[in-house]
Amino acid sequence: MGMTIGEKIIAAAAGVQSVKPGEIHTVNVDYLMSNDGTTHLTIDMYQTQLKHPHIADPKKLVFIIDHNIPAENPKTAEVHKKMREFAKKYDISFFEGKGVCHQIMFEKFVKPGQFIMGADSHTCSYGALGAFGTGIGCTDFLYAMVTGTSWVMVPETIRFELTGKFREGVYPRDLILTIIRDLGANGCNYKVMEFAGEAEHNMSVNDRFVLCNLAVEAGAKTGIAEPDEKVTEFLHGQGREGGTMYQSDPDAQFLQTYHYDLSKIESVVARPDFVDTAVPVREIGDVRIDEAFLGSCNNGRIDELRVAAALLKGKKVHPDVRFLVAPASNAVYLQALEEGIIDILMEAGAMVMNANCSVCWGSCQGVIGAGEVLISTGTRNFKGRAGHKDSKVYLASAATVTASAIAGKIMEAAGI
Amino acid sequence: MDRFEGKIWRLGDDIDTDIIIPTEYLALPGVEEMKQYAFSPLRPELSGKIEPGDIIVAGKNFGCGSSREQAPEIIKHLQIRCVIAKSFARIFFRNAINNGLLLIENPDLYDHVQEGDRIEVIMNDKIICAGGEFPIHPLPANLMEILDAGGLVRAMQKRNGILL
Repeated sequence: MGMTIGEKIIAAAAGVQSVKPGEIHTVNVDYLMSNDGTTHLTIDMYQTQLKHPHIADPKKLVFIIDHNIPAENPKTAEVHKKMREFAKKYDISFFEGKGVCHQIMFEKFVKPGQFIMGADSHTCSYGALGAFGTGIGCTDFLYAMVTGTSWVMVPETIRFELTGKFREGVYPRDLILTIIRDLGANGCNYKVMEFAGEAEHNMSVNDRFVLCNLAVEAGAKTGIAEPDEKVTEFLHGQGREGGTMYQSDPDAQFLQTYHYDLSKIESVVARPDFVDTAVPVREIGDVRIDEAFLGSCNNGRIDELRVAAALLKGKKVHPDVRFLVAPASNAVYLQALEEGIIDILMEAGAMVMNANCSVCWGSCQGVIGAGEVLISTGTRNFKGRAGHKDSKVYLASAATVTASAIAGKIMEAAGI
Repeated sequence: MDRFEGKIWRLGDDIDTDIIIPTEYLALPGVEEMKQYAFSPLRPELSGKIEPGDIIVAGKNFGCGSSREQAPEIIKHLQIRCVIAKSFARIFFRNAINNGLLLIENPDLYDHVQEGDRIEVIMNDKIICAGGEFPIHPLPANLMEILDAGGLVRAMQKRNGILL
């Protein structure tokens, strides 16, 4: 029987000919990524609970400080120090202040066909390059770090056949928020979301990243976009090559196949406090905002910054709104500087911050107070996600977020 | 170990990891300091009222969101005996077992109990409450081994494997 992309990657990682959903396999892990959210917990366990501490292969480990950077208090500074010193001692790849962890992995490490685990739920993003990335906790991380392996139950795959073209002003962000609305916040619980079809192949790897990154918000184990020559071109541009591009067999078994015609997708906004609550922006009514955020691993790449700059050129951010922008990585930031995008954003009144998770995870930058309203390109809008428990977060595309920052209330780009 | 009973705290659908422990408290030195803020965005009074051996019963998708392992750790530190939900988010499920926190998936119990009810759990067999009996799908042996040991690290130590 044929296999899906996810099944083929697991089979390769497990060193077996074929796998079936429901089977449990021990897999070799190609990379293990951990950020400053929980790495200190892993290090504590490594140093205090193991009789014979040992790292299977330090070259497979990547530590990235991106959640609270630069450190905002002495406690965070201690966490960072612990990571920095451990990485140095064991010769582990280490990045600090260079960008959001998943963007760094995308730019520097991930190859198609790899099996990657990360101590962050949005590790599912690596399917943008045809890899299997999945989020784990710090104990699973410790186990994989020591043994070089982990166990995985083979998930079933749900396929999304994408056709057609987006109308002007509609983006992959609107598509994935629509899919999550249609299927629900656990509609793909423990499944692989496989994106394919002519429209998927027309998308850039950046756009595929937007889709795969939010797979976990539908409960999925990962998202994988069918890889093609665009992946090869991207890797070539980043100076790396190799990997294996898997396709699903014609007789592969999918739990379900959904068809989405991109021309029918509208600009949407997900309402507080759940990601699966999208409604068309035109139906949202009069929602005043206090803050707008453009950034995060989902939507902080050059494509989104270009969209924002095109809308903001010659205009001003509304006087009652703080518009915060955090490029997803320094590479994105430098590109935006070169294209004059940062000038446009700042002249319009935006605050441009260093590349980091920023407002998306509600800790060190742009935290909102009681009763305040944020519209964001971040990954989540859970209760209290960006600050006070009685604040509200709406999720939308870069275009809608920028248009709202100009209007002072939630608005489609077409309204500007 | 085979059977236990406890008082129920009843929570809703989609109890996410930011509700179990909000981001702003993750910088505290340890889970002991964090546990007083558990569930605070939803029910600030809850962590002060939970008693050792209590049981959380919730709707679908419990533990959705971030991979922060502090979430199941805090529930364990509050001495919650187990969490019974219609379904669990997958990263949370793994993290909970790895920390020795028992999770039971049951699609029906939630709709037949109220907060404050007492229920009895017979491991890998059934749940008994005033509204009836509800079967439990047994956990696989490898997960039971981790749970019985009190978590993945302890299970490895016990198994005399590479971590010992």
